[in-house]
Amino acid sequence: MMLMKRRDFLKVGAMASLYGCAGGGGARGHVVVVGGGYGGATVAKYLRMWSEGGVQVTLIERNPTFVSCPISNLVIGGTKTMEDITVSYDNLKSKWGVRVVQDDVVGVDSAKRTVKLAKGGEMSYDRLVLSPGVDFMFGEIPGLNNAAAQDKILHAWKAGAQTVALRKQLEAMKDGGTYAIAIPKAPYRCPPGPYERACLVANYFKKAKPKSKVIILDANEDVQSKKPLFTKAWADLYKGIIEYRNNSEVKDVEVATNTAVLEFDKFKADVLNVIPPHRAGDIAAKSGIKLVNNRWVDINWLSMESTSTPGIHVIGDAIFPAPTMPKSGHMANQHGKLAAAAILNLLAGQEPNPEPVVMNTCYSFVDEKNVIHVASVHQYDAATKVVQPVKGAGGVSAARNELEGKVAMGWAKNIWADMLA
Amino acid sequence: MKLLAPLAALCLLATASVSHAADPNLGRNLAATCANCHGTNGNAVKGSGMDPLAGMEKAKMLQKLADFKSGDKPASIMHQISKGYTDGQLDLIATYYAAQK
Repeated sequence: MMLMKRRDFLKVGAMASLYGCAGGGGARGHVVVVGGGYGGATVAKYLRMWSEGGVQVTLIERNPTFVSCPISNLVIGGTKTMEDITVSYDNLKSKWGVRVVQDDVVGVDSAKRTVKLAKGGEMSYDRLVLSPGVDFMFGEIPGLNNAAAQDKILHAWKAGAQTVALRKQLEAMKDGGTYAIAIPKAPYRCPPGPYERACLVANYFKKAKPKSKVIILDANEDVQSKKPLFTKAWADLYKGIIEYRNNSEVKDVEVATNTAVLEFDKFKADVLNVIPPHRAGDIAAKSGIKLVNNRWVDINWLSMESTSTPGIHVIGDAIFPAPTMPKSGHMANQHGKLAAAAILNLLAGQEPNPEPVVMNTCYSFVDEKNVIHVASVHQYDAATKVVQPVKGAGGVSAARNELEGKVAMGWAKNIWADMLA
Repeated sequence: MKLLAPLAALCLLATASVSHAADPNLGRNLAATCANCHGTNGNAVKGSGMDPLAGMEKAKMLQKLADFKSGDKPASIMHQISKGYTDGQLDLIATYYAAQK
């Protein structure tokens, strides 16, 4: 595969024009990608790789490095470090010729095909990919709707500073204390993630603070993912430590006393971890594209293009998902490849692939070694115009096991490389 | 600039291939769904414990996949994933990976 240095970037663009053809089947143009997470980093690399350098790609990301949400619960549980889940953008620049710009996009003009940058100036695009992840609806929990409250009652549902801060709160908590994690109504990012976090915090307490408790306040009627495997882990490994409460939606918080306010009840914790309801990252709403329920972006499954606004593709957690499709990093990576293939076809004047396939695997740690998975495969269905789960395919682990604990770390190394190396 | 010759060649290839395939990149696109775990173009990260698929003989890969599907080959997850693809799709995936380095 062709590798390119940055100084060759413009030359290739000029050369492509000269020959009336770029690599990768004639696609050319400039694609701007907003957000360098699992979706955005993948689409940026694959556009460059599959176009053999013919398409110019600019990735706009607000953070200096990539920090992974998957595996971050192990940092909170104390068996991995931030260094273990942090990856540089350097290879995207030097090996793949992606122009990486550290900035925020504050507006999109879909008619002029430009994005506006926080640090000033505009950038034009032929195709725009938004991979903005989620933003939180703090207004749904009034007491949490200010910066001071958000510094104390953490979500740690975007990996980074909050991951470190939640770990510090757990370390500072006295033995005999209570950690409570509040889960919003589905759909939310990473369906099994809160239950995994409860396990890993309980695993830490079991060793370091054995009189302490973990309370799961779930707004949903039941455990949202891998239920038999999680409930078995709670009974086998964390009896007397983890308590699960369903239909326990947090309506408000009393910040001074770390109290969660439920519909008919209140719950005071020593460490209160509230994951607020979320919606597509704010730039989606700001760009004026169609949202479903005012929350998630409506997309065309052949191209990941907005159903309302030509030229804007949206991938990852921000989209209105297909049936049974989780909001996961693995799925965002698959969206990125679907979008890259479609964009290259469209830039070359061809129709997108009429039969896309995406798949998901998700590993959850129930202690620092034992893991459970869920997997699914989704094929495009022309009748419903949606990718549908393949019946009879996919499934979960037979039981928690250490082999999949090793596989889970192998998954992380490979998907990080698939995006960024 | 050493890129000139390959690009010119690709121009010819692209022109030639457009007429007789709905999407000539179907195999590439399907194979990319495996890359999350098995590495970009089948080049798994060394020491990660995942099987690299790049350059695997096509017949060997198809046999492995058939054994995963039937349950003859024990697996932690591939028995569930392989069932999500048609035999025609698995053939395209195996063809693609056999051609990778």
